[in-house]
Amino acid sequence: MAKEEDIEVNLTGEDFPGQQQKTSWFKRMQKGILTKTSEKKETPEGLWTKCPNCKYTCTVSELEEFLYTCPKCNYHHRIGSVDYFEILFDEQQYTELFTNIRSKDFLGFTDLKPYHKRLEEIWKKTDLHDSISVATGQIKGNSIVIACMDFEFIGGSLGSVMGEKIARGIDYAIQHRTAFMIINKSGGARMMESAFSLMQLAKVSGKLSQLTDARLPYISLLTDPTFGGVTASFGMLGDLNIAEPGALIGFAGPRVIKETIKKDLPEGFQRSEFLLEKGFLDFIIDRKEMREKLGVVLNHFKN
Amino acid sequence: MPSIQNRQFLEFEKPIKDLYEQIDQLQQTAEKNKIDLSNSIKELEERVIEKRREITTHLTSWQKVQLSRHPDRPYTLKYIQKMCTDFTELHGDRNVRDDKAMVGGFANLDGQTVMIIGQQKGINTKMRQLRNFGMANPEGYRKALRLMKLAEKFNKPIITLIDTPGAYPGLEAEERGQGEAIARNIYEMMRLKVPVICVIIGEGASGGALGIGVGDKVFMLENTWYTVISPESCSSILWRSWDMKEKAAEELKLTADKMYEFGLVDGIIPEPLGGTHWNYDEAGTLLKQYLLPVLEELKKMDPEERVNKRIEKFCKMGFWDELPE
Ligand SMILES: [Zn+2]
Repeated sequence: MAKEEDIEVNLTGEDFPGQQQKTSWFKRMQKGILTKTSEKKETPEGLWTKCPNCKYTCTVSELEEFLYTCPKCNYHHRIGSVDYFEILFDEQQYTELFTNIRSKDFLGFTDLKPYHKRLEEIWKKTDLHDSISVATGQIKGNSIVIACMDFEFIGGSLGSVMGEKIARGIDYAIQHRTAFMIINKSGGARMMESAFSLMQLAKVSGKLSQLTDARLPYISLLTDPTFGGVTASFGMLGDLNIAEPGALIGFAGPRVIKETIKKDLPEGFQRSEFLLEKGFLDFIIDRKEMREKLGVVLNHFKN
Repeated sequence: MPSIQNRQFLEFEKPIKDLYEQIDQLQQTAEKNKIDLSNSIKELEERVIEKRREITTHLTSWQKVQLSRHPDRPYTLKYIQKMCTDFTELHGDRNVRDDKAMVGGFANLDGQTVMIIGQQKGINTKMRQLRNFGMANPEGYRKALRLMKLAEKFNKPIITLIDTPGAYPGLEAEERGQGEAIARNIYEMMRLKVPVICVIIGEGASGGALGIGVGDKVFMLENTWYTVISPESCSSILWRSWDMKEKAAEELKLTADKMYEFGLVDGIIPEPLGGTHWNYDEAGTLLKQYLLPVLEELKKMDPEERVNKRIEKFCKMGFWDELPE
């Protein structure tokens, strides 16, 4: 099991020290192979990577073949929305929706840096519009709208844009009578949006209520890490709540709990397997079988 | 209300404390020397009133946070006692246990039965522990939901009184699904067919507050705060230091006036001069007078329309830029 990290650092908009390297080679890949199919085969040959869990060393291309899971210990690396879309949608065909919605520093929030500066920096650094992307396509012939978070964008933090894009995604699913899925990966609320961020929990729940009334399925996929406001709302409200193996999932972060109870946390605490055991997940899903399994599940809802 | 001798004063309330000490001295002198000092005492008492007004007109965000946590401030059960009769407290989530940090039950409010639910803080050290400082566990949220569903079944309006530093971040809370419990409440409250009114009476911290905070109308008392994180935690995460809580409170714009300005709450309920801790009777009356007409309005609406409006209201919340496609 990979070591716990301080996920809170990512919520500040800074990178977690040590995570840098991983981000950078993924970024090289993202820019090279993953974003556009046409640019494929630009994998930097001979680029090696070491599994943070078992230290197994392999090439990045080998890792890619395994959908960024460790060929030896099955450690699931963190990947971005584009990766998930390409893994899940039939023939990697999908349409991204609502890309024109951008975060705004409405409150003029300044911590160590003004929020609008942080946004500009991160827009420059990544190809992402915000901490969530919404796309529609098919999984094994089943139409679906997927909203997927990017941890790279201020720790996948939950702000107004995430709320609005999910809301529109649900509207789209209702309009087109498709299934809806959220791939969660978030450190929690975007503090720079203060109470507006909190109200997104209610906003999305209201939309999910409409999805319920339309009798369309909602699948919540929890990936490493999922915390705070996301867990305390749509993350836990799926018709199915499922998770990738070994993902850290919880309401309060490990640091806060440790400080509260003044004890070390038990091995495996807040991991997917723990949540399954406690009754909060329907099943754990391996990334390599995800497409197949989702196809089966979506058929169950349909038939 | 605690007697004058047992009252606690915040730092910025010190001028009032000084005035009370002067009054006390005058009273002792008057008694000892058998002289009439009632005029001077009266004058000082008027200055207390003046000070109470003066102090609350120039409060910083952080001072309002402090007022919302004033140890003499009335909590949920006190408001129920002051506003209602025939309160029947109902216990337990029917699964794990009875969470003492969350209370609720049927009560008679101005001749009609309502369901009142809220976090409860303790009034002394022992009670504070028993009430877990107003930090509910999942079973507290599930008890609240059970009571809300009960109210819905018998067509009774729901009033929630919110006062929490957050949902409890404990090990067992995680094991029993703190996130799921809050999520379920938010979702189900959105769909309740009866009128729901929520009032922040003290601290409105994040998911722990929103877990009983989804209503047709959401109000804040004058000296309360409501946002996604406490100023202290925000300071520790964003500034990486515990010392920036005042600045964090300012940046978060978490006070009632700001929240109302942003359209995130529907109104501000007045408090007695200087804060609710100065007069429990008046605090109860002010709240009750504010709520009754709102309740009447909500009751007139068709349930389906009420639910749709509730969803629409929250769906409008947020800010973003929309670039040309
Ligand atoms: Zn490995």
